Amino acid sequence: MAVPKRKMSRSNTRSRRSQWKTTAPALVTCDRCKSPKLGHTACPTCGTYNKRQVLDV
Amino acid sequence: MPTPTKGPRLGGGPAHERLILANLATALFEHGKITTTEAKAKRLRPLAERLITFAKRGDLHARRRVLTVVRDKGVVHTLFEEIGPRFATRQGGYTRIVKIGPRKGDNAPMAIIELVEPLSEQAVAEAEGALKRAAKERAKAQEAQETAAAAAAAAVATTEEVADEADADVVEQAEAEGADVAEAVEAETAEAQEAADEVVEEAAEGKDA
Repeated sequence: MAVPKRKMSRSNTRSRRSQWKTTAPALVTCDRCKSPKLGHTACPTCGTYNKRQVLDV
Repeated sequence: MPTPTKGPRLGGGPAHERLILANLATALFEHGKITTTEAKAKRLRPLAERLITFAKRGDLHARRRVLTVVRDKGVVHTLFEEIGPRFATRQGGYTRIVKIGPRKGDNAPMAIIELVEPLSEQAVAEAEGALKRAAKERAKAQEAQETAAAAAAAAVATTEEVADEADADVVEQAEAEGADVAEAVEAETAEAQEAADEVVEEAAEGKDA
């Protein structure tokens, strides 16, 4: 089995990890309660989707 | 007939996927509404709808074919006696998937899959409530539109008058007072801004001198 010959330096590890990035989710406003929610998803605050109650709140 | 599935199976193998989907379908017909991951809900939909089509056919052969997937005879009975006839007027589209966002723990996107025609009386009441609410909202929106239209008509008339007066005032003031007023004038009309610019230049010249 192939194994690494040398220990990877802290520098190399960190420069690889510098490419790990997060992005903020794109949010839309709920029709019913005006709170921010994910698009095409039931609102977690009021539990509605397309003006229909989907979740128990 | 639904399109055959491409890519890896759920759970790790074809047999495991069959078992998962059979169990999900059983749960769906038992409760009318289940919460699961988006991927499983999407895979379950074609299977569940095909089973409902068998239930609508209603003969012994159809029942035996459904029994090869849903092993619970009680659930198959409710499927054929209650669920099938309810969808008699519908040509497919018997289930609805609503996404409900990621799950705590593994952040898996979750969804609710439910029968379009609700199972219990409580669900019927909920639907009626939603209808009433929608009607109320529609009426409110219409009212708001009417009042907004009236207000807009009134506003157009008043703003024209106000704008005329404001233009005249601003120009006069700028000419009279000079550099201090120039800042305030920036927010006003383009006409006023030109006058103010002239005033600022004059002020600058005065400072140099």
